[in-house]
Amino acid sequence: MIYEVFRQERKGQPLQHAGTVDAPNERFAEIYAREQYGRRQESVALWLVPREAVSEIDEFPDEFEMKYRRVDGYSIKARLREARERAGTLEAAPTPGTTE
Amino acid sequence: MDTQSVDTRTQEFLEYVQSGGQVETGDWMPDEYRSKLVKFIEMHGNSELMGVLPERDWILRAPTLQRKLALTAKIQDEVGHAQLIYRVVEDLGKPRSASLDDLVSGKAKFHNVFHYPTKTWGDVGVIAWLVDAAAIVSQKALLKCSYAPYARIMKKICWEESFHILHGRDVILAMVTGTPEQFALVQEAIDRWWEPLMHFHGNPIPAEEDPMYVWRIKSQANEDARQEFLDGYVPQIRELGLSIPDPALAKDEETGVWSYTEPDWEKLRAVVTGHGPASEERLSFRRLSREDVAWVERVVLAEAA
Repeated sequence: MIYEVFRQERKGQPLQHAGTVDAPNERFAEIYAREQYGRRQESVALWLVPREAVSEIDEFPDEFEMKYRRVDGYSIKARLREARERAGTLEAAPTPGTTE
Repeated sequence: MDTQSVDTRTQEFLEYVQSGGQVETGDWMPDEYRSKLVKFIEMHGNSELMGVLPERDWILRAPTLQRKLALTAKIQDEVGHAQLIYRVVEDLGKPRSASLDDLVSGKAKFHNVFHYPTKTWGDVGVIAWLVDAAAIVSQKALLKCSYAPYARIMKKICWEESFHILHGRDVILAMVTGTPEQFALVQEAIDRWWEPLMHFHGNPIPAEEDPMYVWRIKSQANEDARQEFLDGYVPQIRELGLSIPDPALAKDEETGVWSYTEPDWEKLRAVVTGHGPASEERLSFRRLSREDVAWVERVVLAEAA
């Protein structure tokens, strides 16, 4: 049985996929994982998950391209320029490319 | 799927990996990519496993207890690496038993350096320092392998290899600051190991002609790896007062390129196809130990059933 091995480098860090072990049962999986992924106390934790227990979602359809709910759905440049012109603050404005 | 759409899909896949795209185990991949991957990764696994043998000989003969412990830890790492690597190959569809069958039958290859005998403790230092250094040049390039599961285990492998190199350098330094006999032992080892080291990165095939590079399994051309090794380690060797047995070895200060006596590439081919000085002896040992431990596998699998 294949177990996916996840390791945590330090407390507070996310668990990251490190690899797999092939073991007949959980007891062997733990021994193999300790040996192959934990020889040098390089992680604070290892998570073992049987591969069949992992369900993957890898398709995220976005048929309507709902840009209005993302940052890239907004382009304020033209209106900002007009507003500054009207307020007479265009010259004092930070140059494009700097933080606004 | 008709050949037309497979070809298009293959072309798209090629462009994807060549622009830095990463591939996971369950992703579709062209048959050629999969088979090249299996061949390359399996050779690495074989090399880690066979690489244990030259060093294993020296555990009982190492000069101090600390060296015995360090050598044992190094060997433990290498077997561990082999296990990680064969696991990756299994997920690509080739069971470990098939890989080991191919190894002991001589069908599959392993790196040239492990086809040579170790004659003295000087050899052990040179292997741990310079052979591992040559290997880490290649392994750092593999961190960018297009096949992500392999790239991920390379991180761990590179991290552990750095201890091996330091251990090797420590062994060499102890000897070059010791007696004249010890110094001579190191020099003699370098004289013998220089040719395999120059062979190690493979013949200077241009990257675009190397299928492993085309598929971005390797991300560095053989000659670039060799140049990187020479850049890093020739100064380190010379600063100890050791000489390198190639009078033509020199760095062009303007281009930064090292020139050297052209290695005999036919000899490299002969060695990796099992005609090296220690090839048969090492493969026989592997065959025997595999038979010896077959009972362990049976017991473990029976226990699980």
